[in-house]
Amino acid sequence: MLTILVVLAAGLAGVAQAAERIALPQFQSDYVRPVTETPPPRADFYDYLDVAALVAALAAASYLAIRFRSRRGLWVLSVLSVLYFGFWRGGCVCSIGAIQNVAQGLFESGYAVPAAIVIFFLVPLVATLFFGRTFCAAVCPLGAIQDLVVVQPLRVPTWLEHALGLMAYVYLGAAVLFAATGSAYIICEYDPFVSIFRLVPAFRLADTMNALGGSTDMLLLGAGFLVVGLFLARPYCRWFCPYGAILRVLARASQWRVAITPDECIRCRLCEHSCPFGAIRKPTLDEPRRLRRMDRRRLAVLVVVTPALVAGLGWLGSWLSAPMSRMHTTVRQEERVRLEEMGLVEGTNDTSDAFYATHRPREELYAEAAAIRDRFVWGGWLLGGWVGLVIGVKLIHLSIRRTQTDFVPDEGTCVACGRCLAYCPIERQRWKKAKAGTAAP
Amino acid sequence: MSEPKKKLTRREMIRRGALGAGLVGVSTAAGLLAARRSEGGTVWQLDPDKCIQCGQCATYCVLDPSAVKCVHAFVLCGYCDLCFGYFQPGFEPDAAFERPSAESQLCPTEAIHRTWVEGPYFEYTIDESLCIGCGKCVKGCNTFGNGSLFLQARHDRCLNCNECSIAAACPAKAWRRVPADRPYLLKDEDTKA
Repeated sequence: MLTILVVLAAGLAGVAQAAERIALPQFQSDYVRPVTETPPPRADFYDYLDVAALVAALAAASYLAIRFRSRRGLWVLSVLSVLYFGFWRGGCVCSIGAIQNVAQGLFESGYAVPAAIVIFFLVPLVATLFFGRTFCAAVCPLGAIQDLVVVQPLRVPTWLEHALGLMAYVYLGAAVLFAATGSAYIICEYDPFVSIFRLVPAFRLADTMNALGGSTDMLLLGAGFLVVGLFLARPYCRWFCPYGAILRVLARASQWRVAITPDECIRCRLCEHSCPFGAIRKPTLDEPRRLRRMDRRRLAVLVVVTPALVAGLGWLGSWLSAPMSRMHTTVRQEERVRLEEMGLVEGTNDTSDAFYATHRPREELYAEAAAIRDRFVWGGWLLGGWVGLVIGVKLIHLSIRRTQTDFVPDEGTCVACGRCLAYCPIERQRWKKAKAGTAAP
Repeated sequence: MSEPKKKLTRREMIRRGALGAGLVGVSTAAGLLAARRSEGGTVWQLDPDKCIQCGQCATYCVLDPSAVKCVHAFVLCGYCDLCFGYFQPGFEPDAAFERPSAESQLCPTEAIHRTWVEGPYFEYTIDESLCIGCGKCVKGCNTFGNGSLFLQARHDRCLNCNECSIAAACPAKAWRRVPADRPYLLKDEDTKA
């Protein structure tokens, strides 16, 4: 009874330090206090294993796509990647999500990016500069799982394909902004497939009832993408993937890349519709002089308009910086505390309670939030400007006439899946020769 | 015939230039990141000093039940007969019972086991396979007791998502990345592994 009174008195007195409000017992018997168990996380060794697997898979994909030219080999590698990088590893950290860690690491001095994440971000970039998007072909588990479900791909009109493709750059810009300001990792929050991949490591836990706890909506998103992916091949890769957006640019400079045939194209048009991603460019036609003059005029206008587009959208972005800054926890907390101080809301909520529990002066929180808002004004200008630049460069790129005589995979959008090879009669002849060559001696 | 050939060379030159620029860019990024990268990996952990026991650890984790569990620092525990982390407020305990009825307990899943040690002292242990990480017991123990009960992400369960869903939802900003070789933020130094 005395203990209870002491406890209540201590509780009512509101002692900030909770420890030892109640006297620690001196045991008479030989009772020994148990030690708090601390099960360790996954060993570092697995990080090295993941990095080794990434490098090996990239090397295999590049070899299979460029030298061995085997669609079947790439398919097998895709299955292995989905199993290892997807289901076994549970999806995290992937190269796509690593964009955010890197952005935060570059802008926020307090955050050091672990070595494995840096490697996952950089190695596919280097590989793309040499071999094209072989990472997308069969290494990235998100790309591979979508590639495996392509059943009846529908053709998307070229204008729509180009327009939808811009979303990935906008997504990339937004992801970098929110990661660099320490607000959120939107790529992870809206990752359509990680919830599917996570099911396996989750089920490994003996007493886990299901792995859908906080992510039923994410699982539906993933299932939705896979169903859409039956008919619109690789929808995430083509229109959303922010890492793919970077690779699209880098692949244009790549040293080697997949060719439909290493021999001469005879322009038979058999491969024309073979690409489920619409990534094969046709030979250009000779346009009449009048049209070419119009093209030149349009190009001139676009070159002049693009800076205005950058400035205009930059301004729009800075104007939207206030709502964007609400992605940051501190800004949300400050807004709540301010509302409570002004008496515009009744009572407190968890966020404001958490702030009052720190016993810090309100002004400190307000200053902190103001600094974050300032960063978002800059970020808004940059994000808006980036969107303007992307649109401008896309339009300019579309307006530049490029003479082309053969059917070739588009340098940027080709994901090196190798489907087109089987449609090329020259390539088939080469296979036959190779087969005869190996059989004869 | 010389016209298209010339064009190809120009395009090729631009490509080589871009390739060089790309390689320089990637190495610069690598250098910048290497300058302040941490050695090992990181894991997510909850700082018990910042935790306000809002209950979101139980609901926002991608696992069900959550990877967050109640952890007991026995060296801080008062071994109270009337444990504020164990009993519903206002419940009159009967010391003779080691396992009182469910409605007298704070824990919604009866994950806390109460064992008599000696005299007025009882030991409270957490059954992690039952604990859902709601933090109700933690709130009770923190409010009136020594605060020996607290929440931690258990790394034999935690999938270490790149962005922790609980961290994103936490109103108290109590979650942060910690070095993987010191993966817990325990309340008592002596119990650190």
